[in-house]
Amino acid sequence: MLPAPKPVVNPDTAEFWKATAEGRFLGRRCDDCGEAIWYPRPICPFCHSANTRWEEFTGLGSVYSYSVVHRAGGEWKGVTPYVLAYVELDEGPRMMTNIVDCDVDEVAIGDKVEVVFEDTGDGNALPRFRPVQSQSAQSQTAQSQTA
Amino acid sequence: MNANDAAVIIGAYEHPGRELPDKSLAQIHAEVAIGALADAGLTLDDVDGFFLGHDAPGYGGGWVSMAEYLGLRSLTYMDSTESGGASPIYHVSHAAAAIAAGKCNVALITLAGKPRTGIQPGGGGPLRPEDSFEMGMFTGAGLVSTYALAAQRHMYEYGTTSEQLAEIKVAATIHASHNPNAFLQKVMTVEDVVNSPLVADPLHRADCCLVTDGGGAVVVVSREVARSLNRQPVKILGQGEAAKLTDGGRVDLTYTSAVQSGPRAFEQAGVTVNDIDYVSIYDSFTITVLEILEDLGFCEKGEGGRFVMDGTLVAPHGRLPFNTDGGGLSNNHPGHRGGITKIIEAVRQLRGEANQGVQVPDCEIALVHGNGGDLGTRMRSATMILGRDA
Ligand SMILES: [Zn+2]
Repeated sequence: MLPAPKPVVNPDTAEFWKATAEGRFLGRRCDDCGEAIWYPRPICPFCHSANTRWEEFTGLGSVYSYSVVHRAGGEWKGVTPYVLAYVELDEGPRMMTNIVDCDVDEVAIGDKVEVVFEDTGDGNALPRFRPVQSQSAQSQTAQSQTA
Repeated sequence: MNANDAAVIIGAYEHPGRELPDKSLAQIHAEVAIGALADAGLTLDDVDGFFLGHDAPGYGGGWVSMAEYLGLRSLTYMDSTESGGASPIYHVSHAAAAIAAGKCNVALITLAGKPRTGIQPGGGGPLRPEDSFEMGMFTGAGLVSTYALAAQRHMYEYGTTSEQLAEIKVAATIHASHNPNAFLQKVMTVEDVVNSPLVADPLHRADCCLVTDGGGAVVVVSREVARSLNRQPVKILGQGEAAKLTDGGRVDLTYTSAVQSGPRAFEQAGVTVNDIDYVSIYDSFTITVLEILEDLGFCEKGEGGRFVMDGTLVAPHGRLPFNTDGGGLSNNHPGHRGGITKIIEAVRQLRGEANQGVQVPDCEIALVHGNGGDLGTRMRSATMILGRDA
């Protein structure tokens, strides 16, 4: 498990962090220009409208770039190697995050990933991403669990 | 009158130290200030403009505490523009603008740090709005790993290789071997670089800049003051600034804000890439240099890897000699900030005072480029084109 410290919640992001406790991944959408906004904030950085709202994002995306980190400091020193990445969300924005539940040597640009929430123990969770199992791999897992 | 015609660089000084456990941070600022003023034939009593970034210790973004420490009594203009390691390159052009506007006549710009043997200030202050989503404690992101994200994507899109990035480090080590003050004296090969330990894939230890104590300073003065001094001035021909931010999450890691700051500087200077004899390019990491060379137009986007091969960057006879002091990769990266040494080496080249073995023959026009911030997230660029005074 990677370190999961509690986030700093402010009025811009309180709703986002609250939803993480329920396993929902929220983003911000501008109703004037239609763009999806990351990181969440109330004023649209594209058209500068205040006419923005929360939207439940799919939590699906693909790896835009990644790095397998071999040297790190602090709490992260003990969890190398781990994967730092940008995930391009299906809604458009690219967010910095970690790829987890994976073989670090197998991660590649373009991999399909899905959000997972890692509990901070403080009533919210950090959004991270794991590889989407292919259909056949999923059914194999299901079979092995049945067996 | 073009603001840049009103002012010239007249003094430059790099601290010879790379490990300074017995000096305070303020003392290093003071020593480089006195050094650059002495190079110009001036003293602290002549200074009326003071420019520093947040590497300076103390109150007011540094300048209040440092002005007091130094005993600067005649200040009429102060600027603490903070743009990471690129700050001093901003400061030179801001000083030129202030001089052109009649706000000051002798502008002092200092940078110093002691991350090797002490504590480096800066980076504090209130939490930024994006922090909970990307700062190191939540993602394990560090400076090396975020630059690694940029390198990985550049490799994916353009086929750039670790061996090509290594060529940049090799050129820097060749230059450093001619510099008696350089931290790294040993010439490295491509194999040495790619066989150094991976810090954050695909960046190796040798792809990263040095951690050194030290600093440097430059002095910008009005043409009138320069005429009264017996020192060769360096002309400021053009300058451009730009920022590239995360744009609502539409991050593109394959280019930097040099794509905007570069053309602004070239246009003001009235020159093209073909006129540039020497470049000081910000070299926090090898990938930083590669992307900036593309973005400034020295080669096509994506061609940087091929461009840097075959000794292109090696002085004195490569097509585009770069960072002939050894740069941040091999000479000095004081306080994690490479801006001041980039200016100083360009000044040396234009005055014909570079180290023997790396002086570019007939060096008339030099380009200095600084990248402040992070290739992996948000950054600011400053490009400056300097000319030998006739
Ligand atoms: Zn909008």
